[in-house]
Amino acid sequence: MKATVHIFLKAGVLDVQGKAVEGALNGLAGTAGWSDVANVRVGKVLEFDLKSTDKPSAEAEVKSMCEKLLANTVIESYRIEVA
Amino acid sequence: MKAAVLVFPGSNCDRDCKVAVEVTTEAQVSMVWHQDTSLPAGLDLIVVPGGFSYGDYLRCGAMASLSPVMAEVVKAAQRGVSVVGICNGFQILCEAGLLPGALMRNAGLKYVCKPIELTIENRNTRFTSAYGDKASVWMTQGNGDGNFFADAETLKAIEDNNQVVFRYVENPNGSVNNIAGIMNAEGNVLGMMPHPDRAFEPALGSADGAPLFHSLMRVLQAA
Repeated sequence: MKATVHIFLKAGVLDVQGKAVEGALNGLAGTAGWSDVANVRVGKVLEFDLKSTDKPSAEAEVKSMCEKLLANTVIESYRIEVA
Repeated sequence: MKAAVLVFPGSNCDRDCKVAVEVTTEAQVSMVWHQDTSLPAGLDLIVVPGGFSYGDYLRCGAMASLSPVMAEVVKAAQRGVSVVGICNGFQILCEAGLLPGALMRNAGLKYVCKPIELTIENRNTRFTSAYGDKASVWMTQGNGDGNFFADAETLKAIEDNNQVVFRYVENPNGSVNNIAGIMNAEGNVLGMMPHPDRAFEPALGSADGAPLFHSLMRVLQAA
């Protein structure tokens, strides 16, 4: 099965990269008109293959990976897709 | 005193830490590779050095925190052995769950590399007793992810238990409450972003890091 993990800083944790990108998009407004962009968040996406063919057990496995290594739940939240 | 400095792929302050501990305490210092599954017997101090373990991939310190040697460091910390994590070492100790909170990207998005002034917030620790009544100290800062964060509840607990050891006089990175260094509730694990290992003798521009190591010696001499 193919797993996709999306990781973002939690709501309420300042995303300084997101703010910088937002500022840049807003700053380009004079030429391209993106002054309406707000709340940009920069995160990461991980994709990998799993041998498992059972969706619930694959999801549980990926969740455990997120808790142990892939995300730091002090500051980050994650979303898992298994297909 | 018997000390160990951990070495991860990408550590670059490991030898600085060894020299700092040797010069300030005359300790016997062993270098311990991250794949080792045991620590030298009878350690009084474990230093987790600065650098860019695993290239800072995924998150700073995340992969190093799962290295085989870290399981032994956690056990040693639980037995009360002193552990000092500096810079990347602080990040590793947070990722390993030995210290609360996390280190995020600097608020200014820039790598901050400069001498930095700190206040000593708790002088009754095994890491700071030799500072006397010195109002502030100078060490050096060198990191891109030094922005300390903890949620409101954790932060309150850290403050209420006097776990904040060092604060920045001028906040360089957006750290909550100007926090530069904290210890665990038990008081034997210290993590700090500034480098005492780059400020332990006047030739380095500051010797203000030396009393940190002297403090650890004092604890042993008193025991």
